[in-house]
Amino acid sequence: MTEVTAPTVFADRVAAATPSTIGRSVRGLSDRVIAWLFIGPTILLLLAINIFPLIWTIYLSFTNYRANRPNAEVKFVGLDWYQRILGDADVWAAMQTTAHFVIWTISIEMVLGFGLAWLIDKKFRGHALWTTVILIPMMLSPAVVGNFWTFLYQPQSGLFNYAISFVTGIEPSSFQMLGSVRLSPWAIIIVDVWMWTPYVMLICLAGLRSIPDYIYEAAEVDRASPWRQVWSITLPMALPFIMLAVLFRGIENFKMFDMVNLLTGGGPGSITEVASITLKRQAFESWRTGYSSAFAIILFVTVFGLANIYVKALNRVKQR
Amino acid sequence: MSGLTQAHSVVAPSNLSRRIAGALVIVYAVITMIPLVWIVLTSFKTPPDSISYPPKVVFTPSLEGYVNLFTTRTRQSPEVLKQLPEPTTWYDKLVRSRNMVIAGPSNVIPRFVNSIIIAFGSTFLAVVLGTLAAYGFSRFRVPLKEDLLFFILSTRMMPPIAVAIPIYLMYRELGLSDTRLGMILLYTAVNVSLAVWLLKGFIDEIPREYEEAAMIDGYTRLQAFRKAVLPQAATGIAATAIFCLIFAWNEYAFAVLLTSGTAQTMPPFIPFIIGEGGQDWPAVAAATTLFVIPIFVFTILLRKHLLRGITFGAVRK
Repeated sequence: MTEVTAPTVFADRVAAATPSTIGRSVRGLSDRVIAWLFIGPTILLLLAINIFPLIWTIYLSFTNYRANRPNAEVKFVGLDWYQRILGDADVWAAMQTTAHFVIWTISIEMVLGFGLAWLIDKKFRGHALWTTVILIPMMLSPAVVGNFWTFLYQPQSGLFNYAISFVTGIEPSSFQMLGSVRLSPWAIIIVDVWMWTPYVMLICLAGLRSIPDYIYEAAEVDRASPWRQVWSITLPMALPFIMLAVLFRGIENFKMFDMVNLLTGGGPGSITEVASITLKRQAFESWRTGYSSAFAIILFVTVFGLANIYVKALNRVKQR
Repeated sequence: MSGLTQAHSVVAPSNLSRRIAGALVIVYAVITMIPLVWIVLTSFKTPPDSISYPPKVVFTPSLEGYVNLFTTRTRQSPEVLKQLPEPTTWYDKLVRSRNMVIAGPSNVIPRFVNSIIIAFGSTFLAVVLGTLAAYGFSRFRVPLKEDLLFFILSTRMMPPIAVAIPIYLMYRELGLSDTRLGMILLYTAVNVSLAVWLLKGFIDEIPREYEEAAMIDGYTRLQAFRKAVLPQAATGIAATAIFCLIFAWNEYAFAVLLTSGTAQTMPPFIPFIIGEGGQDWPAVAAATTLFVIPIFVFTILLRKHLLRGITFGAVRK
């Protein structure tokens, strides 16, 4: 609508306004100067708040600095921290926990999200409204979500335990979602799936809507079965979108912090301790600044490296 | 139009399969909404009702949670209570019925104010910077353009905890620790990457002819930007602003690590709303309900742009 009327509106504006004198005085600015005036502030801000801290982290990772003792003498320790991290069993355990979470959450979210998108794409009555309803969880703050799921998971009075006991007959207070070694990882996975399946669903839906109808019509003429159509048309055509969803969720869940910090804090013991929680404990509880800086760099390089490899694969799929 | 094409299409899903699909989606939507509905219900319960077993679906609604959220209260002995004048307002009566008196306001309003100031401040800055940069990237030949754009995107890949350590140290040096200004700058930096990518997509779609026509009419480049491009990009700018607002409103990791008092926002504060004898769940639920209301409004406003926003404009609808 606006696109159609806009040119006339603009023509009116052009007719109504005449260039001001201030405008004339800056006429001398060349496009190159303007380009840098426009882009410069953003680049400067990112350098100050992202790149400078990153470089500082790299520097700190080579020292024995401790943030809670700012006046102590700073000594260089070379690659000591990196060596220790790579030999630290706790770090490897945290990385493994993180990998488990990433694999489980992405697998479940992909199946559910794609399934939902496939159903919504059938355009039943009211599908737009229900799609909006489904999208709400991913718009919420992870802090709020972690908090109210803590309430739902209360063993004595929580709605979740009650619902499970209603279905299975198990005493609700006999299982603790957040306190047991066996269940607490699933408590986190359930919340992550609840919150982020809509995200995957939305991207998959865009993928499904990008497939032109005539391809299905052709398949119908060739008498391809519905399952064959899903397997040979829908999935391959939607693949770049599915991969995009995996990429975004993968990066986000590799950094997973909010939900774990609120639901279990990494416990019980260190069963749900993901890499970000280890990092927080080292940096802001044990104040091992050098060690945690080195760990931060390792994590960043890992995310960045994986994302790069993945983006290359994604581009190859897109070009096909 | 759709009716016609569907009628002739060989592959239009049958009515039955459509209904089954609809029913399944609705079942999912209802299950997914239960936790949220439960929280809103809990905010209108009394503390004993909120932890009763089995969970109460039918209960007498009470505003105790909201009163507890906004006030601090002290417990008094019956003798002291007898000597006090009769409570006059409904909230005084409510608190008195639990043998308590209101001692003063709670911290929640300053936390809400912080959330509002930090979210709007950082959104404003991110959108201004983002619009300028997006226009620059969209219209000018910038050396290393692709690399700069990728650099801007990559700042989002860092785990917040990894950047939090040096930012904590840097802010301590600069006196920005636990200040609103510090949080505004930080959230602006995080949001500007999304703003640039999204807005570049929107501005790319505005034909260059508008500015060219304006410049032929005697406008300078800056005037053409202001008069021809900005009005056209208004919808995109508004959508971007709402995305930035939601992020800053919801952010937890930086807030919990870098603020403790004066600049603390709602997300790290909500879990610490404690009442008499432990977690006051109706008050926590009340805080959650109030906190989440703007998000509902935004989700409805944004529904057409959601896909763009969550994929950095990589996918268009």
